[in-house]
Amino acid sequence: MKKIFFALLLLGASIGLVLTALHKNSTESTPLSELRKQYSQKTKPSVDHSLFPQLKKKFTKPQQVTAACISCHNGRTEEVMHSTHWNWERLEYIKGKGIRAIGKRNILNNFCIGIAGSEKSCTRCHVGYGYANTAAYFTDSLNVDCLACHDNSGTYMKANEKAGMPDTSVNLNFVAQHVGKPTRTDCGACHFFGGGGNNVKHGDLEMALFDPSRNVDVHMASDGADMQCVDCHTAQKHQMLGKMYSVSSMNRNRVQCETCHGSMPHTDNVLNDHTLKVACQTCHIPVYAKVNPTKLFWDWSQAGRLKDGKPFEEKDSNGTDVYMSIKGAFVWGKNVKPDYLWFNGTASHYLVGDAIDPSKMVKINTLYGSYDDPDAKIYPVKIHRGKQIYDAQYHYLIQPKLFSDKPGDGGYWGDFNWNRAAEEGMKKINLPYSGKYGFVETEMYWPVNHMISPKEQTVSCTECHTRENGRLANLNGFYLPGRDYNASVELFGKGILLLTLVGIILHGGARIVVRRKRSKMISNSKAETISAKSKGAK
Amino acid sequence: MKKEYVYRAFERFWHWTQAALIIFLGVSGFEIHGSLHFFGYENAVHYHNIAAISFLILIAFAIFWHLTTGEWRQYIPTWKNLRAQAEYYIFGIFRNAPHPTKKTVLSKLNPLQKIVYAGLKVLVIPVMVITGLLYMFYRYPQKYEVLSLNIKNLEAIAILHTVGAFLLVAFFIMHLYLITTGQTVTSNLKAMITGYEELEGEPHEKKKYPEVNEPVLSK
Ligand code: HEM
Repeated sequence: MKKIFFALLLLGASIGLVLTALHKNSTESTPLSELRKQYSQKTKPSVDHSLFPQLKKKFTKPQQVTAACISCHNGRTEEVMHSTHWNWERLEYIKGKGIRAIGKRNILNNFCIGIAGSEKSCTRCHVGYGYANTAAYFTDSLNVDCLACHDNSGTYMKANEKAGMPDTSVNLNFVAQHVGKPTRTDCGACHFFGGGGNNVKHGDLEMALFDPSRNVDVHMASDGADMQCVDCHTAQKHQMLGKMYSVSSMNRNRVQCETCHGSMPHTDNVLNDHTLKVACQTCHIPVYAKVNPTKLFWDWSQAGRLKDGKPFEEKDSNGTDVYMSIKGAFVWGKNVKPDYLWFNGTASHYLVGDAIDPSKMVKINTLYGSYDDPDAKIYPVKIHRGKQIYDAQYHYLIQPKLFSDKPGDGGYWGDFNWNRAAEEGMKKINLPYSGKYGFVETEMYWPVNHMISPKEQTVSCTECHTRENGRLANLNGFYLPGRDYNASVELFGKGILLLTLVGIILHGGARIVVRRKRSKMISNSKAETISAKSKGAK
Repeated sequence: MKKEYVYRAFERFWHWTQAALIIFLGVSGFEIHGSLHFFGYENAVHYHNIAAISFLILIAFAIFWHLTTGEWRQYIPTWKNLRAQAEYYIFGIFRNAPHPTKKTVLSKLNPLQKIVYAGLKVLVIPVMVITGLLYMFYRYPQKYEVLSLNIKNLEAIAILHTVGAFLLVAFFIMHLYLITTGQTVTSNLKAMITGYEELEGEPHEKKKYPEVNEPVLSK
């Protein structure tokens, strides 16, 4: 008895030990409370710019503001002039294509396609004054627009179609006296409106982030940590951390959740195991475009319909454009579940002049990665599909000139003539246009990184670990527990279970029947002997 | 007929704990597999892990007990009477025929039990343990600091584990039924609870277990 007692005691103790071992917490990550403390310290500017006499002098040209800025902050414009914000291109190594200078300047997409020929309009979002694609413009440091990013007054605005010049309503002195670290308002003024309207491009960057609730974004929440873009997108010498795979290819300079949260941020080790193959965003961004819709499909081939010779727009019941004569037809989505793919941080791009097969969907960018790739994880992406113009003879995508500031200049938005727009646009990028065009289906991949949801809304286990219609239903080449099974094993298993049950029912039933009969026989024979006896007694 | 002490305390403890753990592992495992919904997926994973570790500990103790007591010999499969035992279940049991093998303290398992239990012990359970541990400690191909097994694909592991799980569940169901085929419908169950069972024949000698250092149960 004693021995048994000790055995039990030992058993209990070892189970206890193992359980505590299983529940050990990882010490690697900074606890959330620490991060909260760190980011609740909002920096106050160390000087009051409104007191500087240099900034009280009446500014008549924005370049004078820049001159005033660099009279103290000397050397800063040179830093900006080395940045992608200024150059709109950078050297990237692209698999199979080599080292190429790519960026907004020369990459095509399936939204407004490309800037060539439309610079006057597109460069409203360039960090410079009066964009011109010339060496003289790019080497003059006074063209750097400090205010676009450093305005803290909330009153700075660039003018429409003026190549980046400020709006005439802006009081340059007032803005210059109220400068500081970039705010969400500064960054968002351009980055929330990419593609020509709110949330058109990204799906996870939009004006709701000017003043978001925690449900929309836990980091930027006005009622939460109220973090600014530059809290994560930090900068050294005006070189910002972070980039987008629509215009970049290499696995570098990325903003990573792990920088703050560590690579094992969960107290639950089963969840931490996931981080090897699943990006944080995959579970923590259950849907994008939470507040306003984002474009999912853009059909340029529908553009150009006119009413009484005039362009028009059609809106759906929510007031969203679904048709514009200048741009074609759109499909929008709100609260969209992302698509998922394996991504190792490198990408490839369609570069101008690359040949296409018009019978197939053209990938404007390709995100590389696979299950077998040790660098790849599952990432959420927004897929933007389009139908856009291509050269039907030379078989490459066409850069059309869209913006038009005078009739007959070929800009599609003025003339509604694809041939002319193609001619003018292709001239700009030095490629021949055959005179024949068509529309080809294209696809573009946008990793979704913002709009992290509160943890209660995180994607739950069974949204992926499920037999049917899981979020990862389309990712193949690996075994996902709960989703995958082997059909023959399933058949075998269910078969033996069924056989066992049927066998038991038959066997057991037979036993019961036999036993009943036997007991009846016994009682009958007993009854007979009794009645025989009683008869005999009579 | 004599009342005999057939199942000692540890044996009964081991049996019932194992039964509970296997049921639990089966339910949580098949929830992970996607076949049923009971605990909730996340709980199922945690419970399965905890039960699996407990099961491993129990197995370690059981192996120790079987070796030191020599009880492991009870499970050596034999051809003798195997056919007779099968025929008993197919025909004899309906004719109220006697059990073809006598249950004694030194030979508590009939030939069919021996072969099935031995199969479980040397094949199914080890497969479950090995694939289960691999399932637990494998990692996808990776190169960061987590020390673990780099196994390309989980599929083979998972499939073997699932096959074993199906076999165990089938065994479990069959086992429940066969419990009722003892001397009486409940005599086997009572024996595994109390340790005592009415056995035919002469009572066994008091000393059932060899002392340490003594050669075990020479046949
Ligand atoms: C010591 C023994 C065992 C160990 C170490 C073990 C371990 C595991 C592990 C780690 C998993 C994967 C869970 C996850 O993804 O987190 C698993 C799955 C599973 N286990 Fe076990 N297990 C054991 C015994 C059993 C037993 C006895 C049964 C059934 C009676 C069972 C049935 C299952 C099933 C059905 C699955 C799902 C397989 C799939 O769909 O891929 N396991 N087991």
